[in-house]
Amino acid sequence: MRISYLLFLFALTLNCLTLQAEEKNEIPDVNGCLKCHSHQTITFTNTLTKHEDKRLMNPLYILDKDHFAKGVHAKFKCIDCHSSEYDHYPHKAELKLEPLNSCLDCHGGDAKYASYKFEKIDEEFQKSIHFKKIGESFTCSKCHNQHYYQAKSRNSSIVSDIVLFSNEMCMSCHSNNNKFQLLSDKLKPALAQIHEWLPNQELHFKNVRCIECHTQVVDSLAVSHNILPKEKALKNCEECHSKNSMLEASLYKYKNLQSRNQKGKLNTIISNKSYVIGAYQNIWLQRASFIILALILVGIGAHVTARILKKLI
Amino acid sequence: MKESENRIYFYPIWIRIWHSLNAIGIMILIYTGLNMYYSNRGFRLMDFQLAINLHNITGIMVGLSYLIFTIGNLRTTNHKHYKVKRTGMFEKIKIQSQYYMIGMFKNQHPPYPLSEKRKFNPLQKLIYSIIMYIFMPGLIITGIGLLLPELIIENVYQLSGIFLTAILHASLGFLVTMFLIIHLYVASIGKHPLANFKSILNGYHNTNAH
Repeated sequence: MRISYLLFLFALTLNCLTLQAEEKNEIPDVNGCLKCHSHQTITFTNTLTKHEDKRLMNPLYILDKDHFAKGVHAKFKCIDCHSSEYDHYPHKAELKLEPLNSCLDCHGGDAKYASYKFEKIDEEFQKSIHFKKIGESFTCSKCHNQHYYQAKSRNSSIVSDIVLFSNEMCMSCHSNNNKFQLLSDKLKPALAQIHEWLPNQELHFKNVRCIECHTQVVDSLAVSHNILPKEKALKNCEECHSKNSMLEASLYKYKNLQSRNQKGKLNTIISNKSYVIGAYQNIWLQRASFIILALILVGIGAHVTARILKKLI
Repeated sequence: MKESENRIYFYPIWIRIWHSLNAIGIMILIYTGLNMYYSNRGFRLMDFQLAINLHNITGIMVGLSYLIFTIGNLRTTNHKHYKVKRTGMFEKIKIQSQYYMIGMFKNQHPPYPLSEKRKFNPLQKLIYSIIMYIFMPGLIITGIGLLLPELIIENVYQLSGIFLTAILHASLGFLVTMFLIIHLYVASIGKHPLANFKSILNGYHNTNAH
């Protein structure tokens, strides 16, 4: 009897520990929103028929929990941003019209995130073609999905990850007609055709961010937010493919790429699995080649002199 | 096919066509390659896009001319001239080098006079073989890789495959450039500085010239 009592206590403790461990990995769901909003189906009591109903969730309102857990707002409760009235089901129709916060509503003047320079970002964004053409309705969330956004360019040390994450933001509208037409009457641009002039297009798209050519680089910002009109986009190869490559000031400028990899710039670029023609000019290879060339020229010079002397004598 | 005692038909037409294509092509490749490698925003000799396009087109042309060389070598006896005999190879090279450095200034006769059977001296044989059978295929293979980067292995351990391919391509390109400088200079060692240049154009070689 006593043993079974002890075993019961042990099992209870173990159960509590396991639950605690599970809770640690869980994203906060105080109001139980995710019971429905992270599943494909919803089961509820139909107030008219008084029956249990099981229906498909609107896919637009399903949250990817894993993706959310990696995002910058993973610690947030749903009602930190959404109305607390959402705790009743069916939700009130007018709740959908509630204005949502933009980045500056929370982060404006926020000393904790001063290094992100949200005000400067806003200032730059207001110069961009997105703001000039669309105005206030082009909110931060059009590119930066609040549920899933990760500060990749700031925190990742893998260039290909930074590029992929950044380009997916652009592509979410520029290669999706439905989303593109939320803000434009036109069809999405034919990106492959427009960029036909670009040699090794696929390689460029995979290794360089769209914003490298389509923004005005500002030294004080980690990521430039002044998206330029298409006719002002860079089309000059040497901007990147040169000794003083522009990429040093944009894609490779982040301290994290340097400091996390203590091997210096050259190795950072190598370990980040990228090679840019023209931008990679190894000083040791250059010195070695100049020495070899000089030796050959000196040798030829001496030989020529000897030949001339022989003729003269 | 002897023309006279000292004049022999040395370079058949296919060799001269291949050699001309190769010579022009390699000079364009070196110039455009230097423009790409030492690209600088402040100073440029050539438009980067033009350098890339010219380098790609010329690279393909030189690749095709290498095909002419390979087929020509297989179908004729030209390949025999590149055959390096290992026995006494270093000794022969030493003798030839000594001739270039000392002997020729003392009016000595070339140790390995050229004839219909021996088109290249031992030093030429070795260097030409390294260039044609190692460096050129290396350049063509890495060049194809850089032209079609999807063919390249993405990562070799911690290193980027493109990085390795590009460094190998540029290094081989540099070595071929150094060869070209020496080749052009050594070609000027003849009875007359331009005699050998004339030979590779008209096909006839004066056996007293080298």
